[in-house]
Amino acid sequence: MIPLQAMAIALVAVFAPLVVFTRDIVRLTMAASLYAFSLVVLFLIFQAPDVALSELVVGAVAFPLVIVVAIVMQRGG
Amino acid sequence: MNRRLRIGLFGISSAGLTALMLWAVAGLPAFGDYHHRYGTLLKKVAVSERHATNVVTSIVFDYRGFDTMGEELILFTSVMGVALLLRDVREGADRPRDAVVSDALGLVGLAFSAGLLVLGLYVIAHGPITPGGGFQGGVILSAALLLVWLAGSLRSYMRLTPTPYVDLTEGTGVGGFVVTGLVALLIGTPFLHNLLPYGLAGKLSSGGSIPVVNWATGLAVTAAFLLLYNEFLEERSFVIAGKHK
Amino acid sequence: MSYLPYLLAVWIFLVGLFGIVRSRNFIHLVVCLSVAQSATYVLLLSIGYVKGGTAPIFKDVKPGTKAVDPVVQALTLTDIVVAVAVSALLLAFALKAFDHEGSLDPKQVVEMKG
Repeated sequence: MIPLQAMAIALVAVFAPLVVFTRDIVRLTMAASLYAFSLVVLFLIFQAPDVALSELVVGAVAFPLVIVVAIVMQRGG
Repeated sequence: MNRRLRIGLFGISSAGLTALMLWAVAGLPAFGDYHHRYGTLLKKVAVSERHATNVVTSIVFDYRGFDTMGEELILFTSVMGVALLLRDVREGADRPRDAVVSDALGLVGLAFSAGLLVLGLYVIAHGPITPGGGFQGGVILSAALLLVWLAGSLRSYMRLTPTPYVDLTEGTGVGGFVVTGLVALLIGTPFLHNLLPYGLAGKLSSGGSIPVVNWATGLAVTAAFLLLYNEFLEERSFVIAGKHK
Repeated sequence: MSYLPYLLAVWIFLVGLFGIVRSRNFIHLVVCLSVAQSATYVLLLSIGYVKGGTAPIFKDVKPGTKAVDPVVQALTLTDIVVAVAVSALLLAFALKAFDHEGSLDPKQVVEMKG
């Protein structure tokens, strides 16, 4: 196991509890996007460019938008 | 069941679950030591059989095309579910004006939107050749149109993506996949058999019916995500206007 | 050392599950559910890895060079895009519950009335 893979695995292992333990939901959007980017790095290091591209576009565009709109709707504007 | 009891129960049962999962993981081959026959065989024959250099795309749209059709139907159904839940009777009421006033944001959004449109079409078209395909390019295309909302106003975005046409595009995409399979069935070959000529490996038209199914998927995914954005943004504008309580 | 990616998948799954159990807000619950789903992606991709292999795309390399498994990548990539649409459906449910009850707390949206 080369150090690059170990580092990517450690990065993902650190970001996952970060997402779960974030209380404020506005910060949760940012944390979810960061977790998605760390997953993209892991997928690239595992030699899977198609999967990394998929996770990148979804984690950058679709997922944060849906969460942000849900938050705005909850607060009533 | 209050919260402390629930978390305590989870702690106990997760110990058992962890033990089971670790036992299962110990039975897997070591990392990097892959020796199954299906993947090895496909790596050897896919390029020479289908003339598509992206083996993953040829598996998604040809060798396991039936599973992809199932996934597209999941996408279709969940978007239909969102539309059913959030599409109240809203016709006739006007939308609030919420244009973005910053010039810099508008200019950057305009430049990026055009670039993203071309990038999305490029990624869909080069699916059978390089990493990409209908799923990734479809989400990029929907992001290109969403930038009109982000850097402009909701009204321009709604005018750009009228709901009847987006509905039609999504139905065409999912239906195109199914029709491609049915055409093969009518001729006498199995469902979703690859019928068209294969072409040269490395060219945009290689792979037989893979580009056809690829573009149908791209259309379906773009339209599905545009519908999702439509529903959520319409709800938001109504909440802001105070018509929702 | 050679089982580390599988342990990562187990860790992510348990963390996501813990988040679901402990959550006080429906939106937070949906995000934790997607974290638990990502554990399956990591597990699938680690099973398919070949030591010294490259990506299974033979545009510039000769077909026949050592490559990682393409089948698990095919399964994972459609799954990621579709999971977002399902999360959007779950959020729409949460918002409808908010309309009726007035709160996004799972404890208060419990019983069905009427």
